[in-house]
Amino acid sequence: MVILGLLLAACTGQLPYNSLDPAGPVARKQADLYWLVFWIAAGVFVLVEGLLVYAMIRFRRRSADDTPRQIHGNTRLEIMWTILPALLLAGVAVPTVGTIFDLATRPEGEVLEVNVTGNQWWWEVEYPDLGLITANEVHVPAGRPVAINLTSRDVIHSFSVPRLAGKQDLVPGRTNTIYMEAARPGTYLGLCKEYCGLSHANMRFRVIAQEPTEFDEWVEAQREEAAVPPSGSLEAEGLEYFSTGQCIGCHTVRGVETAVGRVGPDLTHLAARGTFAGAIFDLNEENLTRWLEDAPAVKPGAKMPSGLRDMGLTEDQIEAMVAYLLSLE
Amino acid sequence: MAIAAVPRPSLFRRPRATTGLASWFTTVDHKRIGILYGVTAFIFFLLGGIEALLLRVQLAGPEGTFLDADTYNQVFTMHGLTMIFLVVMPLSSAFFNYLIPLQIGARDVAFPRLNAFSYWVFVLGGIFLYSSFFLGGAPNGGWFGYAPLSSAQPEVGLLPGTGMTFYALGLQILGVASLASAVNFIVTILNERAPGMSLMRVPVFTWMTLVVSFLLLFAMPVIAIALFELGFDRLFGTVFFSPDAGGDALLWQHLFWLFGHPEVYILILPAMGIVSEVLPAFSRKPLFGYAAVVFSGIAIGFMGWGVWAHHMFTTGLGPVANTAFALSTMFIAVPTGVKIFNWLGTMWGGSIRFATPMLFSIGFVAMFIIGGLSGVTHAIVPSDFQQQDTYYIVAHFHYVLFGGAIFGLFSGAYYWLPKVTGRMLDEGLGKIHFWLMLIGFNLTFLPMHWLGLQGMPRRYYTYPEEAGWGFWNFVETVGSFIIAASILVFMINLVWSLSRGREAGADPWDARTLEWSIPSPPPHYNFDEVPVVRHRDELWHRKYAEDERGRPVPVVAGAAEEEHAAEEGHHDIHMPDPSYFPFLAALGLPVIMYGLIYFWPASIVGALITMAGLFGWSLEPVAED
Repeated sequence: MVILGLLLAACTGQLPYNSLDPAGPVARKQADLYWLVFWIAAGVFVLVEGLLVYAMIRFRRRSADDTPRQIHGNTRLEIMWTILPALLLAGVAVPTVGTIFDLATRPEGEVLEVNVTGNQWWWEVEYPDLGLITANEVHVPAGRPVAINLTSRDVIHSFSVPRLAGKQDLVPGRTNTIYMEAARPGTYLGLCKEYCGLSHANMRFRVIAQEPTEFDEWVEAQREEAAVPPSGSLEAEGLEYFSTGQCIGCHTVRGVETAVGRVGPDLTHLAARGTFAGAIFDLNEENLTRWLEDAPAVKPGAKMPSGLRDMGLTEDQIEAMVAYLLSLE
Repeated sequence: MAIAAVPRPSLFRRPRATTGLASWFTTVDHKRIGILYGVTAFIFFLLGGIEALLLRVQLAGPEGTFLDADTYNQVFTMHGLTMIFLVVMPLSSAFFNYLIPLQIGARDVAFPRLNAFSYWVFVLGGIFLYSSFFLGGAPNGGWFGYAPLSSAQPEVGLLPGTGMTFYALGLQILGVASLASAVNFIVTILNERAPGMSLMRVPVFTWMTLVVSFLLLFAMPVIAIALFELGFDRLFGTVFFSPDAGGDALLWQHLFWLFGHPEVYILILPAMGIVSEVLPAFSRKPLFGYAAVVFSGIAIGFMGWGVWAHHMFTTGLGPVANTAFALSTMFIAVPTGVKIFNWLGTMWGGSIRFATPMLFSIGFVAMFIIGGLSGVTHAIVPSDFQQQDTYYIVAHFHYVLFGGAIFGLFSGAYYWLPKVTGRMLDEGLGKIHFWLMLIGFNLTFLPMHWLGLQGMPRRYYTYPEEAGWGFWNFVETVGSFIIAASILVFMINLVWSLSRGREAGADPWDARTLEWSIPSPPPHYNFDEVPVVRHRDELWHRKYAEDERGRPVPVVAGAAEEEHAAEEGHHDIHMPDPSYFPFLAALGLPVIMYGLIYFWPASIVGALITMAGLFGWSLEPVAED
């Protein structure tokens, strides 16, 4: 039935979080180990359930004469069915322990370091050796191993991108590391997998694997300061509201002196990201407008106050600020 | 005859009535307490089931709007808390209470008033927990309540509302009930067995009750400590789980799971005990390998303490710790497998009657095999990195807790309700219940295996369209309503049988153990004369001898003795007197807890109420004649 379900699912469309469709060596090893144990378990299932069904048919009461022999046990049989499963498990333990240590070992070669810090309900992504900070997107060069160091600023979260590597928890007060590698360029979807409050279901992210040259270009672009809008434009008006308003208390835009807040995501290159708010909304004018107007209304519990209600912004001001944000390539 | 005595205040006069509504508040009869547990737990089962249906309606399609995030989080938390602490544990208690004295040939448990006390604490604890819905919101941090999300004080704003304070205090109340119960059953089983009933002659259900009682005795204090620390963090600003202030975010998980893993064996062993009684009765053969079944239960009890961190594989414990717990988790499958094979061996070569109790026990075996196998796959740590916190885990534990424990408990219900009520349940309705439940259950929980492997996380109030999870979620929702329909069938059957069911008689199933040697329902003193036991499956050996090929041959009038004697009536058997002090002692506990949340002087009052109850309990005399 599991096979049927997977086949049916494959027919009905894309499964972007499918752990059994690995796109990198870590997820591949995890999937391979699962299939090995699955087929052994399936064999046990067929054998034991088969015996159960057989017993129900063969030994059903057939006549009023129900006087079966009162057998109390069979020591040899009982010893055998204690030892054989133990041996089978010992066999399964060998590749299991091997893979545990394999996945915990730092990969060979030039490993890219990424620091991810969890917040309710977004991901801060820092490249310590490259000097850049972004949010909710992890860009990696395809074919190169990556070490992701995980911690949290508030509660326990969990970083999970099933097609590349399983999950590891982000625990406040400690740092965990997950290794992964994307075999080919592409976008791989990730999400939070440890209950972290109201918007646990709205804390997603994307891993974008690129050709090495494209990755280098991306790094260069990210390290630059924010684009400065032409004076007199709507975007410039938006920058004015942004840099003198409450936004700077929580957000950083490198190049805008006053904007050094780290409570919310770094917005320096917001418009280069395809999604926002924990990768749950496509980045476009309509969504950004709704977000600024009333973030908690569209994402339960969002720490960002409502623009209209709490921060005293007008719709015109919001329109200008959205234009500014969309200019931050 | 009467000695001149100092007149005691009427406060201390023992109640005498054993009939009427008030007598249910003062009863210390283990059979009535068992019925109270059963009815109360069944009501909570319906509440927990409604919570499940609400969740399934919200998840039937992507981006649902039936429940908002806050409501969903409360409902899934309460669904888990209800099913574990207010349904499966007390339903098991209902069976322990009703049956243990009957199975071991005793007239009551060792501590009848403590027994009543543990029931009242349970009910009041459940009411306390549910009152939170009307007092600012139910617990919303999951039944597992991970810190620091759950330990932050409400003002900090990590999790809205005071619900988790109700969680911390409510579970403390329920813990008291479990501990009292555990002590009672350990002493009862060790001390109150009829003459000749050595431990290796005791029914397997009684053995499993003993193992579970020891597990409760040692596991409940662990969660009590965890809940004290959580309660202090929330109420008084301590920092046990706050890393910024020197606490440890993972400490909660270690404490919780050190309790939590033995807890799951507490949940399943009673049902395994039930199945170990039903399969032999309806195969007309003894349990295959009694000693192995008993010792594997004990082994599971011990080994269950060594696997807790398999709930924490992704928290960063490191490969050595993960390996150790992977191995211990894999090997706990061995004693579990032994039981499955012994159950198969019981049916093998038997003469199987497919009455409703037997259908549910066979269903248990079939479903538990699946749940057990998926559990073994969780032990494969690298694969668990993909399974953890997904619906794959939800599938596993529902197969063992619903397909296992609940099916087992229904098997016990259909098997023993005739003893309790004196009436048979309808077989036709029973079969409809079984098949609807089996189909609905598998439709609901089987797809969760692949949804989990396709990445669907737990505790998500909604999911995006793009994830591709919509179709199977819809199927699961349909399945959940089929389960609900099957429960309705059971309720109709129960009500119908109370007035129209066929009279059961003492031994409607031609069974093997002592509870079937007395009338249905039993007289309040259980046995006319304390039985003398010469065999395991004592009743069977009174009814049947074996021919040279080991086949049973009826003994003339073997079982008729007990029934005949019962008609004479025995009015000189002294039974423990009713008392209202257990109820009073229990009443103080929720008052203490409400006081801690709202108005601390009330806690003083609550403590005084409990102390008054305990003093009265200690000082009250035997009822005057």
